[in-house]
Amino acid sequence: MAGESDVVAAAAMPTVREPAWMPRHHLVLFALLLAGLLVAPFMLYPIFLMKVLCFALFASAFNLLLGYGGLLSFGHAAYFGMASYVSAHAAKVWGLTPELAILSGTLIAAVLGLVFGALAIRRQGIYFAMVTLAFAQMVYFFSLQAPFTGGEDGIQAVPRGHLFGLFDLSRPEPLYFFVLAIFFGGILLIYRIIHSPFGQVLKAIRQNEARAISLGYQVNRYKLAVFVLSAALSGLAGATKAIVFQLASLTDVYWAMSGEVVLMTLLGGMGTVFGPLVGAAVIVTMQNYLASFGDWVTIIQGAIFVIAVLLFREGIVGVIAKWTKKPL
Amino acid sequence: MSDGVILAAQDLTKEFRGFFAVNGVDLSVQRGSVHALIGPNGAGKTTCFNLLTKFLSPTRGRITYNGQDITSLPPAGIARLGMVRSFQISAVFPHMTAVENVRIALQRERGDSYDFWRSARVLSVFDDRAAALLEEVGLTEFSDTLAEELPYGRKRALEIATTLALNPEMLLLDEPMAGMTQEDIDRISALIKRVAKSRTVLMVEHNLSVVADLSDRITVLARGQVLAEGDYASISKDERVIEAYIGGGHE
Ligand SMILES: Nc1ncnc2c1ncn2[C@@H]1O[C@H](COP(=O)(O)OP(=O)(O)OP(=O)(O)O)[C@@H](O)[C@H]1O
Ligand SMILES: [Mg+2]
Repeated sequence: MAGESDVVAAAAMPTVREPAWMPRHHLVLFALLLAGLLVAPFMLYPIFLMKVLCFALFASAFNLLLGYGGLLSFGHAAYFGMASYVSAHAAKVWGLTPELAILSGTLIAAVLGLVFGALAIRRQGIYFAMVTLAFAQMVYFFSLQAPFTGGEDGIQAVPRGHLFGLFDLSRPEPLYFFVLAIFFGGILLIYRIIHSPFGQVLKAIRQNEARAISLGYQVNRYKLAVFVLSAALSGLAGATKAIVFQLASLTDVYWAMSGEVVLMTLLGGMGTVFGPLVGAAVIVTMQNYLASFGDWVTIIQGAIFVIAVLLFREGIVGVIAKWTKKPL
Repeated sequence: MSDGVILAAQDLTKEFRGFFAVNGVDLSVQRGSVHALIGPNGAGKTTCFNLLTKFLSPTRGRITYNGQDITSLPPAGIARLGMVRSFQISAVFPHMTAVENVRIALQRERGDSYDFWRSARVLSVFDDRAAALLEEVGLTEFSDTLAEELPYGRKRALEIATTLALNPEMLLLDEPMAGMTQEDIDRISALIKRVAKSRTVLMVEHNLSVVADLSDRITVLARGQVLAEGDYASISKDERVIEAYIGGGHE
């Protein structure tokens, strides 16, 4: 595998302090993650894994806004859910190939993010969160009423279709590797955003907004840009989920979904690259295994969250990063 | 308005719920000068800075910079015109190293940095200049120290390096020497003298020997109003100024 040979090459050259594009421990972790995900479908249910991947991407996109943009949105279900509807509709009614259906969903999420973000970033802190929640509720009621979303039924039996018109995604292997590619590409893009010149400015704004302004940075434009990126990537996750589960439903736009992504991010560790992945994996696993408890899942989930927050406020990966003194 | 004036304010006023923190201040700063704004605690000096740089909107009054009316400009826009401020309470990026702090300012040279697809390694072109700026303020040995871990005086020095990194035409420094050791004060004084050769400096400073040493012109503020204006010799003899300082309980 290419990633691993890079690691070996980097280790063999002691003169090179850091590999060209990321610190060595990140490279190793990404390589292990990819390796793990390549063998995982031989041991775990692919459908379960794909659910984890979609939510891990969603949580990472949310974390881009919260952990790196310093903006708490309580309405990210709007982008996830609306992208899911559009992707499902495009595949089922317009007959688009899955990659184009997903692209349509992602674009809609980006446009929604641009409109809602432009209005929300005029407000600060809790007011910002309330505005994002209000917009998400509007999207929910729209989804409940609009004919194309299928109301309570949602859009069901979405065809998975043929990727690029070639690969049959109704077979589990191509589908899994397609989802894995989207997930990994999305995560690497987020990683790059964080470690770009743009990411540096975001970091400065988060740490001292007044100082960033006094240096001439038009901070609201940077906030809007990261909002749109986060919404688009959340949309990518939602749109992919619609193809995987062949379903887009009200659950995806409901406010509880907005809460769940906050939970995943905080549990895993906000402001860390790998935290949201761990948070998403833990929550999705928990929901799967506790499904038999019915409504109790929510309560158990809440209890675990409270305990986690009390025990380690930085989240699982945040605590590990603190121990190892390495940014993760 | 004469050609020599870079920054001017007329009737600058800021009211906080009935309290006039700044009240009808007229100010004009000569290009290339070091202009000091002094006055007892609570006189309205910081509020003046906030108004001039638009971190606060004036209740009344007009501000011009290089002859251009900037009264309705946003604060980032003012920085982009070349008038850059520092803050009274040290303003650094706490979880970034000293060199990263300076680099964020140097990065402004690229224009806007919306390029989220590029690696931050492109910013390494600024490393040499960041190092040079840190050397100017005596922070070379701290380049890789997180800003929050620097002692207070060093933070102030870092702030000045960051401000200078923008190569501004005009600097507004709010108590740049506060909390510094005498050795630091001497170094920063020398630095301000050096940079002031090609720039204009407006500064708030409580250390009167620094004010005497550096400034060409001094405006004294008390209770939001201009009490006196002139060079150090005339100001230090002014009865009202002495009165205000004693009455204001300063030092
Ligand atoms: N945002 C605000 N709201 C209400 N009052 C304010 C505000 N900012 C400043 N003030 C008041 O305005 C007055 C002037 O404050 P300012 O900070 O400008 O004084 P200063 O001259 O900078 O004092 P110091 O030497 O202590 O820094 C003070 O009485 C202060 O309490
Ligand atoms: Mg002050």
